[in-house]
Amino acid sequence: MTTADRTANPATGRTADRTANPATDRPAARTADPAADRAAVTGRALRRLTLTEGRLFLRDPAAAFFSLLFPVLLLVILGSVPGFRKHTAALHGLSTIEAYAPILVVFSLAILGMNGLVPTLTAYRERGVLRRLSASPVPAASMLTALVTVYLAVAVVSLGLVVAVGRLAFGIPLPREPLGLLVSFVLAASSLFGVGLLVAAVVPSAKAGNAVGMALFFPLMFFSGLWVPRALMPSVLRHIGDFIPSGAATQAVADSWTGHWPGGGDLATMAVFTLVAGFLAAKLFRWR
Amino acid sequence: MTIISVEDLTKRYGDRTVLDGVSFSVRQGEIFGLLGPNGAGKTTTVECLEGMRTPDAGTVRVLGLDPARQTRRLRRSVGIQLQESQLQDALRVGEALELYASFHPRPRDTGELLEQWGLAGQRRTRFGRLSGGQKQRLFIALALVGDPEVVFLDELTTGLDPQGRRETWDLVRDVRDSGVTVVLVSHLMDEVTALCDRAAVLDGGRIVAEGTPADLVAATGTPVTVSFRPTAPLDLDLLAALPSVERVVSTGGTVEVSGAGPVVDEVTATLARGGIVVAGLRIRERTLDDAYVRITGGDA
Repeated sequence: MTTADRTANPATGRTADRTANPATDRPAARTADPAADRAAVTGRALRRLTLTEGRLFLRDPAAAFFSLLFPVLLLVILGSVPGFRKHTAALHGLSTIEAYAPILVVFSLAILGMNGLVPTLTAYRERGVLRRLSASPVPAASMLTALVTVYLAVAVVSLGLVVAVGRLAFGIPLPREPLGLLVSFVLAASSLFGVGLLVAAVVPSAKAGNAVGMALFFPLMFFSGLWVPRALMPSVLRHIGDFIPSGAATQAVADSWTGHWPGGGDLATMAVFTLVAGFLAAKLFRWR
Repeated sequence: MTIISVEDLTKRYGDRTVLDGVSFSVRQGEIFGLLGPNGAGKTTTVECLEGMRTPDAGTVRVLGLDPARQTRRLRRSVGIQLQESQLQDALRVGEALELYASFHPRPRDTGELLEQWGLAGQRRTRFGRLSGGQKQRLFIALALVGDPEVVFLDELTTGLDPQGRRETWDLVRDVRDSGVTVVLVSHLMDEVTALCDRAAVLDGGRIVAEGTPADLVAATGTPVTVSFRPTAPLDLDLLAALPSVERVVSTGGTVEVSGAGPVVDEVTATLARGGIVVAGLRIRERTLDDAYVRITGGDA
């Protein structure tokens, strides 16, 4: 069917072929769409939804700034302090900015999980965005897929910026165990996003979503070492951090960066959070 | 041809029975109204037809499909406008329509829909900046973008001004004239009278009347009311004794006489014979509004 055909009946705005003989054309039009065609529609729908959510993400300046640019900006600020570029024994021979690079990678994931997924999904539920979507042929769960895809892409860009600027501006070596970094990054994302989805599943309102997201973000970043790097933490705090996804994620990313395979305990912590939070989120998520 | 059939539909929320054996059918190509006061179960009924809720008992078929079990298949052929749902504030009108168009195998042309629903100038406007009426028209356009065979409209003219309501009614008639079956949920009598080919009145979870708007009015009887203020004393019993008068009420100097048949002729003749001059004479035919208040016991 051509565009001209579709606009042929301006009076009703309906297509010429339909109005000409609705009785025969309608069923024909439906049966011409086999299962493969429906799968194509589902794929197209998910791509369009992801693209749309990506645009909306970029239209929220605060969200885009803090998850995309803030980590690399913080790296530049820290890197501008000459003392922070010196290698110190306290940080196991790393410079301060080298110790901070993994924290900044986790920062993006944590802020996207707690201050991105949680308020966005709770607001979508409260405003009926999810309900409207669930009234379409596309399942409302597609929104979760779309948002997680967008946030993952944002985190990858942020990671790339930190790695590239760190290397080019401050001579931070490139991650020496790229596969380990990939595994750590994926598990860090799945565990932190999983916790975000779980919180979004259980909080009753967008307002509560904002508050709980914020309230979780700061302790998460504390245990990742944003205020006191993990190497300088009292051992009790560091051990607590081993069992918290942000702490384990920072350690795993840091190990991969310096050429070690991430520790099994850290990977296990993230895997357990991913599975448990993901399972509970799937069980408890309310769409309306 | 019956396109929607509902038999003994029952729905409970906890102990509360919201729908208690609702049965009706909708024919292809008509505008069917579900009418009733708030809390009568209109939205619950339509949600069971859309597959948004699962009935506790009864049989529902829409386009031959069971909405509760064949939900996704049904959704490809129906359009839904929901009461009280919003879109993302930063989403532009054109993007919203393109997004929902991508969910359907053979969507309508979005530019044409925007034109038709008076949103062509708002293509790049964000949802959060639309007026109430524009939002409402966008939701109707979203319900139509998949080129549905049946469209469900729940309180479609909420937030529209009188001019906008009339324009919307005209557009809904165009939608029907193009072969789409329309199910309209409303608590506004004038809307149902103006738009619907047939309607069912729901009250307390049951269908209390069904038919064309004219049938519904006729079913409640007493179609005419004459009201006036007599300028001289008037014996009300004289009016009450007239053959076609059913009821005479006098309140604060205004006499209201209602009945069927030649009520107006009989009343005016009686007044003329008695030489009684009246002021503020009004003759009112019963509307669906009156019928509705009578049918539903006046909770409207």
